[in-house]
Amino acid sequence: MKRRTLIAASAVVPFAQARAAEKTKIVWWHAMTAALGEQVNRIADEFNKSQDAVEVQAIFKGGYADTMNAAIAAFRAGQAPHLVQVFEVGTGTMINAPGKVVKQVWELSKETGVALDPKNYIGAVRGYYSLPDGRMASMPFNSSTAVMWYSKDAFKKAGLDPEKAPATWQDVVKAAQAIKAKDAAEIPMTSSWVSWIQLEQYGALHNLPFATKENGFAGLDAELSFNSKAHVKHIDRLLAMAKDGTFKYSGRDNAPDQLLVSGKAGIHFNSSGMRGDMVKSAKFEWGEALLPFDPEVIKAPLNSIIGGASLWTMTAPNRTPAEYKAVAQFLQFIGKAENDAYWHQHTGYVPVTLGGFELSQKQGFYEKNVGADLPVRQLSRGTVTPNSKGLRLGRLVEIRNIVYEELEKAFQGGQTGQQALDAAAARGNKVLREFQKSIKA
Amino acid sequence: MERRTVFGGWLLPMLLVLPQLLLTGFFFYWPAGEAVWSSLTTQDAFGQGVVFVGLDNFADLLADPLYRQSALLTVGFCLAVAGLAMGLALALAVFADREIRGKSTYRTLLIWPYAIAPAMSAVLFLFILDPRVGLLGRWLNQHGIDWDYHLNGGQALTMVVLASAWKQVSYNFIFFLAGLQSIPRAVTEAARMDGAKGWHRFRTITFPLLAPTTFFLLVVNVVYAAFDTFGTINALTHGGPGKDTETLVLKVFRDGVVNQDIGSSSAQSVILMLGVIAITAVQFRFMGKKVTE
Repeated sequence: MKRRTLIAASAVVPFAQARAAEKTKIVWWHAMTAALGEQVNRIADEFNKSQDAVEVQAIFKGGYADTMNAAIAAFRAGQAPHLVQVFEVGTGTMINAPGKVVKQVWELSKETGVALDPKNYIGAVRGYYSLPDGRMASMPFNSSTAVMWYSKDAFKKAGLDPEKAPATWQDVVKAAQAIKAKDAAEIPMTSSWVSWIQLEQYGALHNLPFATKENGFAGLDAELSFNSKAHVKHIDRLLAMAKDGTFKYSGRDNAPDQLLVSGKAGIHFNSSGMRGDMVKSAKFEWGEALLPFDPEVIKAPLNSIIGGASLWTMTAPNRTPAEYKAVAQFLQFIGKAENDAYWHQHTGYVPVTLGGFELSQKQGFYEKNVGADLPVRQLSRGTVTPNSKGLRLGRLVEIRNIVYEELEKAFQGGQTGQQALDAAAARGNKVLREFQKSIKA
Repeated sequence: MERRTVFGGWLLPMLLVLPQLLLTGFFFYWPAGEAVWSSLTTQDAFGQGVVFVGLDNFADLLADPLYRQSALLTVGFCLAVAGLAMGLALALAVFADREIRGKSTYRTLLIWPYAIAPAMSAVLFLFILDPRVGLLGRWLNQHGIDWDYHLNGGQALTMVVLASAWKQVSYNFIFFLAGLQSIPRAVTEAARMDGAKGWHRFRTITFPLLAPTTFFLLVVNVVYAAFDTFGTINALTHGGPGKDTETLVLKVFRDGVVNQDIGSSSAQSVILMLGVIAITAVQFRFMGKKVTE
């Protein structure tokens, strides 16, 4: 009897294993926390339910930098995940990855025969993740852009029109002065992500190069050029505002965000992804507006650039064509209009496909959520130029850190705007040369 | 009297030390060896192209004024943290060593901060010192003192020194208290009878007798300040404003993890490793002497 069961069991087990093995398993590492993480899991679940050949496993790996480092370490050990979410500043490192570390989207599409057409994606989003000739390297996923946030309460108190946000920098300065004069907010103006918003975005809007070689898209030998007269003019403006107390530098990255949410700041600059937080936590009337521009530098501002992350297909020894095909099918799935629209409407990120945007319009999402289409409109206005396509620089995180350091010295009064940007460019160029050397190695 | 166990062969002793050797080899020599090797190369993040460059990474570092500045900052930071943490702990220990009511509760409470994770202690300090949300930070600004560590390097440095030292006080306290309790009562009593008063007695009797403890703690505190303060500093200031609070270990993290510059980061680790080896060697010599004397 016992023996029989054993035989029966041994006959069943391999069979069951074979059945399970029929499903191709895809591992997807991501960096989305809390509510965003739930949305990521939802996408994976929906995909798994939609067919029975592939199973996607979404795994949270920590913050953006942690996730990218984990993927790099895993690759070194031959255990890279199939898909990894990499923040936009990591693009330079990923796209320049030597040999066969990653499979770029165009390559994946060609090899597997699964159509992944760049034309479906919004230009300003796609451009950031594409090769100079338009082939897509990674798959756009969660994208946001920078916008201006302001407190309508503070505007009213300062005697400004709360429904009319200042469109130019000249008007922003005046508004901040009015807020200060009437003491309408403790801090008239502040900004998160100073390098991203006040230099990178500012450059894109005003068609100024952040770096030579099309902001690095056209070659590894790009040199930083954000110390031009027009850039310095803007930094000097911020320095002057800091001096008369209308602008307050309040820390790196998104540290200043709390100042707006708590109602202490009148005007604030941050990612459009802040909308969810504002809806939930801001206990005052607020507005979202286009990034201001300087009419003395450009008549009509160009598109802004994106932030956020994209999905990279990684390779590993022993990975089968079936697995790559499954990855491609999954990427195709998340790019479908209905999935993209759902993601956009439930996270605050912009839609990355034209279809997703149009569907959201058709569903009346923007009528119910006035202003939610503002980031998309800002991203898709005008014609994309080499200066507004985005940045393709290795070790961009470090360059941003250097910009912070030099600007902090300037805000302390230790150097002028020109000196700060010159020093940051010189130090940043050294980082770029190191990166170039490491790639050639 | 010789108290030494003599083994007949070499097999048994080898077997007995093998686990320890394996652990040390696996957790220390192997990673340290990797670090030394990486420090002699340049490579891309993915480790696809590794080129041997000899001592180039070290030469670049030593020629970099920003690195020298960071090294100098680290030395100052370590001394400040060690001095403050040990000074406070010693004072507390001296007072706790007396006969006071609720002594054991008091002692237990003093040990608690040691159990707090560095990042958490940083958050606690933010609640107090942040210029716009912190209790003390806001109070200072309301009373005409321009407190803003986001922009003022001196203030930022003061803050990270305070936060780092605070966490180490409890550890030092335990050792100092134990040290004080091991001083023979007879000696202090004799001094007392000879008419040595409080401070004088402490300076001439107690403090010299505490010397071994003090020296041991100095080494531990310097190593703590150089390495274990990473979490605190990173959470409080990220090394800013400018580079005003970027100690060497922060720079290792920034170059290696954020910047993916494995070669330079490894070279910096190797330099730090040499520093620790030097400090430990000094400690062993000093302590060894004490014991054999």
